[in-house]
Amino acid sequence: MSKLLTSGKYFHILVPLISVVLGLMVGAIIMLAAGYNPILAYQSIVESVFLQPYYTGETIRAMIPLVLAGLSVAFAFRTGLFNIGVEGQLLAGWFVSVATAIFFGHLPKVVLLPLSILAGGIAGGVWGIIPGFLKARFKVHEVISTIMMNYIALYTTNYLIKHYLYTQGERTPNIPDNASLASPMLANLTQGSRLHWGFIVAIIAGLLMWFILWKTTRGYELRAVGFSPGASRYAGINVERNIVLSMAFSGMFAGLAGTMEGLGTYQYMMINASFIGIGFNGIAVALLGLNTVVGVFLSGALFSALQTGGLTMQSDAGVPVDLINIVIALIIFFVGSSYVIKWVLNRLAKRGEKN
Amino acid sequence: MSYAIEMRNIRKEFPGIVANDDVTLQVKEGEIHALFGENGAGKSTLMNVLFGLYQPDAGEIYVKGQKVNISDPNDANRLGIGMVHQHFMLIDNFTVAENIILGSEPTRGMALDMDKAVKIVRDLSDRYGLDVDPLKKVEDITIGMQQRVEILKILYRGSNILIFDEPTAVLTPIEIKELIEIMKRLVKEGKSIILITHKLKEIFEACDRCTVIRLGKVIGTVDISDTNPSKLADMMVGRKVNIPVNDSPYAPKEKVLEIKDLTVLDSRKVPAVRKLDLEVHGGEILGIAGVDGNGQTELIEAIAGLRKVHEGQILLNGEDITRLKTRKIIEAGLGYIPEDRHKHGLVLDFTVGENMVLQTYYKKPFAHAGVLQNKVISKKAKQLIKEFDVRTPGEKTLARSLSGGNQQKVVIAREVDRSPKLLIAAQPTRGLDIGAIEFIHNKLLEEKKKGKAVLLVSFELDEILHLSDRIAVIYEGRIIDIVNPKETNENQLGLLMAGRKEAGRQA
Repeated sequence: MSKLLTSGKYFHILVPLISVVLGLMVGAIIMLAAGYNPILAYQSIVESVFLQPYYTGETIRAMIPLVLAGLSVAFAFRTGLFNIGVEGQLLAGWFVSVATAIFFGHLPKVVLLPLSILAGGIAGGVWGIIPGFLKARFKVHEVISTIMMNYIALYTTNYLIKHYLYTQGERTPNIPDNASLASPMLANLTQGSRLHWGFIVAIIAGLLMWFILWKTTRGYELRAVGFSPGASRYAGINVERNIVLSMAFSGMFAGLAGTMEGLGTYQYMMINASFIGIGFNGIAVALLGLNTVVGVFLSGALFSALQTGGLTMQSDAGVPVDLINIVIALIIFFVGSSYVIKWVLNRLAKRGEKN
Repeated sequence: MSYAIEMRNIRKEFPGIVANDDVTLQVKEGEIHALFGENGAGKSTLMNVLFGLYQPDAGEIYVKGQKVNISDPNDANRLGIGMVHQHFMLIDNFTVAENIILGSEPTRGMALDMDKAVKIVRDLSDRYGLDVDPLKKVEDITIGMQQRVEILKILYRGSNILIFDEPTAVLTPIEIKELIEIMKRLVKEGKSIILITHKLKEIFEACDRCTVIRLGKVIGTVDISDTNPSKLADMMVGRKVNIPVNDSPYAPKEKVLEIKDLTVLDSRKVPAVRKLDLEVHGGEILGIAGVDGNGQTELIEAIAGLRKVHEGQILLNGEDITRLKTRKIIEAGLGYIPEDRHKHGLVLDFTVGENMVLQTYYKKPFAHAGVLQNKVISKKAKQLIKEFDVRTPGEKTLARSLSGGNQQKVVIAREVDRSPKLLIAAQPTRGLDIGAIEFIHNKLLEEKKKGKAVLLVSFELDEILHLSDRIAVIYEGRIIDIVNPKETNENQLGLLMAGRKEAGRQA
């Protein structure tokens, strides 16, 4: 057992699993302390997500942008970059996809839908390229520049909506059906949830990321630069170009996340008073998913389930939904402090050897 | 008679390996005792046991005849055992004195008594002839000086038994000489020293006795006066070592590398290479000798396209590569064994297989239309692992987990296999043990026999003298002389390296 704990592969996977368990446990303690029944609370989450089609649908619906945001962070991370700008790239993608759908509304669906998705992805990519270029050319740290780009995206999209695409309700008009990912069939199947075809886009994006990183020469370069810019440079790899490209891919995934919200969930874009948070949650998703494609899907599912199920927890178990946000925060906290978990595991393994 | 340190029948196991197996080490008072063995032989483990970082599974430790239990480095300090680590543990923006007193500061009342600290450090420095200025900041002093600060740190704590962990790995030849003098002075003052090393030369210059360790076991302890370098080397490696020499005839062929009037600026925009001219021919090894920091790094980086050429021209096989990008230069026939294999030679978190194709991954047959052919890469890696005797569980193992010698073999396998016309080897054996050095020297000589041009840069004069067909001495960014290794010696090279051409000519 102790060997299993500390030997390579399984050890890695153990840290996020333990973090989740610890997060749920500490969350339960807090619920107890506040006078709520944690068993009832978790039970209502599980029951709603797995047994009530509406909540199952909503969970998958919430997963779509979250997974794409997670892929975005993970992709950049794999190449040694910390993309905090997913939020901004997402907003850029959201706006451009919706705007494209509205401006070219007369085009047939086979053209307009792919075009709008593509436009959203490209917009996110462009929003990622800017900090990438600043880093490659002027050594501006991407954490700083991407945070700044978030604000620029937030206020620019708000301005553009207000002045060019405004309709009542502080938002853009609805996109034409020609550009919509919504599906009456999926909605019926899930008793009226907002589940849309975007999950296919998320799956394709996951496969694409895996393929690029592990199967192509481009991915080889990106990973080499991420691990060791020095050795890459000595081997004749263009480090600067790969930094820009990495941010382009990462931004594209983020842009697609926004596109899914625009063409799928909402069918429009609203004026945002502040950040919507999916981009930032993407960081947590990537972290918990160990920056792997499968991991991002799993952790995306977990967070979505907690968030969606949290709503029924309030109505069924009378536990305020805020508590589920505490649980999510706790899980992120424990992943972040994985060093402590690793240390404890190592100690346990050592003790096991002595006995 | 009691020993300063006696470690009896020490055993230390790690999962899967026995790092120390029944090891006995006896260090007399007032001697410099070498602990000699290949990388991974168990030297560091043994010293970490002595220093309290590891607990032995079996065995006993005696200090001055008294049985002791050392459970952490604080115990070791109390017993007068101090260690100069290979990687310095200094705070760069603190002064020398501040670094030395850190952890046991002299106080006056509640306040730190800096004047007293400076005085103590100055006295210690004078007593042992260390010549350290207590008021200078660590970031402003040389590596050799930083090492002396480390020595002062343990002297300040009253250590009588000093462990030096591969202290010369980071030093220049002159600094090494000075360090050996310091060690001898320390011993004269009644200290005992354990010197961990895998360099024969140091042992014969500095030590009184030597304990040889191989694969976790003690092979023997010998008096240095009763042995000779080749005997000791055989003991360490466990077989007859043939130190390779360049004995194939010198028959230079066409010019492969031609450097004309080259000026290269360093990072501060000051010329590091000044109007340098150099030619390297096929079928020869040209050694560049020089003290570190005389433009060697900038010269190589300029050839490899990693640093901009300010003025002048570089031709590779007649092709002007002066302004080409690194990849184009590699494609034109450059092989390069970088000085820092961890930072520049390997992607440590890539597998051995991935590292084997670091310059060729995008070419057929390793890639088709931008898609990696992992099977072909695997096959190539397996072939090279076998051919170059890389000790690794497999091609899917991370480069990081290999020993230094095997990592270097991966770099050399990759570079040599591409069959470059010019092979630059920068400090190719730095930090490696005799077995690995022998292998690498043989590979360089093979390249020469194949008719390739080899440019060898090294701070180890022995290496330069053994391998080169011609030796170019670099001083302040210029080649000040080119000498025949058969007609020169270390003294003459030393003078030339110090820029004294006339004196060097006469020596």
